[in-house]
Amino acid sequence: MTTRAVEAWTLQPLVKFTKEAEARLVLLMTSAGQVMAQHGFSRAVEVMSAAALGAAIIASTAEMAKELKQPPFAALSHQGERHGIFLAGFGTPRGMLVALVVYDIEVSSVGLVQLFFEQFVADLQAACPKEGVPKQVLAADFERELSDSLKTLFGR
Amino acid sequence: MTAAGYARTLDLVTRVRGVRGAMLVSSDDGLVVAEHLMEGIKGSAVAALAASLANRLRRAMVAAGVGASVFWHLQCEQGALLVVPAASAIIVVAVAEPDVNVGLVRLELLRAAEAV
Repeated sequence: MTTRAVEAWTLQPLVKFTKEAEARLVLLMTSAGQVMAQHGFSRAVEVMSAAALGAAIIASTAEMAKELKQPPFAALSHQGERHGIFLAGFGTPRGMLVALVVYDIEVSSVGLVQLFFEQFVADLQAACPKEGVPKQVLAADFERELSDSLKTLFGR
Repeated sequence: MTAAGYARTLDLVTRVRGVRGAMLVSSDDGLVVAEHLMEGIKGSAVAALAASLANRLRRAMVAAGVGASVFWHLQCEQGALLVVPAASAIIVVAVAEPDVNVGLVRLELLRAAEAV
């Protein structure tokens, strides 16, 4: 399984997390769906779909929380027959990030993923560069940025 | 069983001298169903890791052809972890002092497993 990062500081915490939680797929992205790192994906199209869907779910639940006059939901967990999905947003000095974790229920569990996710967030917050303003992706640059990110993530 | 029923079941386990805490854990997802723990024990961490271990041990037992596990006891330098899998996809976990009466804890864990 390959782990690749667009932002180098995310790589080590991601490698550690995937190993400890025995996650099958992990996608780390901004709340806008811009991919920062991934583990386990083999095709660019899968990353693009997962990032778009993950960011959309987070945005939808954040709106629902707003309607309920509550702070955003911390995490969302779905369990299927063979796989579970864990989706959570968290703050870093670079702004809010979103992690999408897919695990095989024969190998891992939502309890294990939650347990190691807390450490993953702490590791990312510690590794995140404190200086420098995060680069804003403008609509005009979106396609080029996406293409560059996918090249980094899949090496082609 | 109600939440009060779970609390009563755990209370019987924690009454054994040397038991620092007891938990009912969902073995499929590693989440705490009910807990009665002394301060300083990270319930969610113990639950997730004990459930993971229980699932692996179950598979090892099946692979070895010795049937389902009934009770396991991990003795450590500063304490012990004792677990009984219940029929209802729940494991009953006790965290204890190193010199706890293992026989007595086992008995209470088996009773708790039957009750849940």
